[in-house]
Amino acid sequence: MKPEKLIVDGRRLDGRGPNDLRKIKIEAGVLHRADGSCYLEWGGNKVFAAVYGPREAVPRHTQNPLRAIVKARYNMAAFSVEDRKRPGPDRRSVEISKVISEALERVILTEQFPRASVDVCIEVLDAEAGTRCAGLTAAAVALVDAGIPMRDIPVACAAGKIDGQVVVDLGKEEDNYGQADLPIAIAPRTGEVLLMQMDGHLTVEEFNKAFDMAVESCGKVSEIQKKAILQRYHAVDEVIE
Amino acid sequence: MTVIPLLKKEYVTKLGEEGKRVDGRAFDEFRQITIETNCVNKAEGSALVKIGNTQVIVGIKMDLGEPFPDTPDCGVLSTAAELIPLASPDFEAGPPQRDAIELARVVDRGVRESEVVDIHKLVITPGEKVWIVFIDIHILDYDGNLFDAASLGALAALLTTKMPILRMMESGALVKKDLEAWYNRTHIEEIREIYSHPDIDEIVAKKKKGTVKNIRLPMTEPPISCTAVKISNFVFFDPSLDEDELADARLTVATDANGDIRAMQKGLAGSFSKEEIQNVIQGALENGRKIREQLFTKIGK
Repeated sequence: MKPEKLIVDGRRLDGRGPNDLRKIKIEAGVLHRADGSCYLEWGGNKVFAAVYGPREAVPRHTQNPLRAIVKARYNMAAFSVEDRKRPGPDRRSVEISKVISEALERVILTEQFPRASVDVCIEVLDAEAGTRCAGLTAAAVALVDAGIPMRDIPVACAAGKIDGQVVVDLGKEEDNYGQADLPIAIAPRTGEVLLMQMDGHLTVEEFNKAFDMAVESCGKVSEIQKKAILQRYHAVDEVIE
Repeated sequence: MTVIPLLKKEYVTKLGEEGKRVDGRAFDEFRQITIETNCVNKAEGSALVKIGNTQVIVGIKMDLGEPFPDTPDCGVLSTAAELIPLASPDFEAGPPQRDAIELARVVDRGVRESEVVDIHKLVITPGEKVWIVFIDIHILDYDGNLFDAASLGALAALLTTKMPILRMMESGALVKKDLEAWYNRTHIEEIREIYSHPDIDEIVAKKKKGTVKNIRLPMTEPPISCTAVKISNFVFFDPSLDEDELADARLTVATDANGDIRAMQKGLAGSFSKEEIQNVIQGALENGRKIREQLFTKIGK
């Protein structure tokens, strides 16, 4: 059921202003078997990411003699959504896996690992709008945790339009009943755009505004990523003492 | 067997002769177990179970649907397990492999045959409308002994499941008449409280959660699964990853609070003698008692 208004007195349904992000919590190095891992909570989203590799790419014919391939797999748990989702990949998750793989490939120094594969697993356990941004952000931290050499630590955030106003990081109702959604991922050092998708309806001015706001929010998320990574090594420090 | 597992097996056997295990545990000792419930908001029930470094998350979803034609007066239970590539460098994406299917079926048997969920109380109209309970097991980190982690996760998730009655009423899948019929079959008082609530129509229309009581799944005493493996004549409980991979044979025994046996599964190509089986049953009873106590403390029973 559509709420009458998504913005009341300048406040969104969950009390946020247009530039406010939902609460984000990131923890690196949470899985024992993976080479690198990350657990991320972003509003109601809960996501695990694990990285394996660089390891020999299989099947053989997928190997590139000049560089590593990057295989990200975005998967939603059957119980992560309101009505149970059938387990396994569907067209949506295959597409998301592809755009995330391509975004990550841009920053990973793949030329250092010919014939290898860097495998990234993204598991969404609880979904509430913005899972691809949450997944990519978690994957980036897991890549760092795995020690994969990268040009930058990619980060993602969405902007969108609700009730005619441009806001960042759409929540569940805003995503369902809003007018546009623009998820982007950037390399924060250079501002290069690694992933961008849009659905809905934006004027060129609105797009420019949404884009700038999303980039600004990516900067905030990037800080949380870096903190999580530092925290990981801080914890190791304490064990030595 | 390639050379590394052979060397490992020799090492495990040598330690076994001295009465020791690789990680210093006693033969019948479990690693530390932690249970966390209600960790997934979208699920009707959920639990994250850790046994040592092994991590398994189980989520419960419920829906309404038709019963199987041969059991018109029973709800439907459906268990699925995914060995997702996140959990181990050796797991691959794709349709469930034999190991995942055996795991799901062993957990399913533990839940179904022990009648821990009272599926007769999940019937709204016999032959037409019953509750379907989906148990989805997601392995997050594989460091040995998935069977016990998955079974315990399934129990903890089921025991904390809240039936999505208001959501079904909001979508129109469940109406007041259904609730009345359901109450008449089961006499669960909370059902009557919902359909006879004076403001029920308004609660449903406005999605006011928390205004009516949650109904838990009708459950009985759960049996607890304990797994042991045999490696060159030594029997180790709660196998670690290495022990799991070296195992000649595996035996899972589920026992209940009365000390009775409720389900068993022998796996792998090795064999057990009768004495070894009795030894495993004894260990399963003792460990099961401790795990049951921990589970009940966690869910507040």
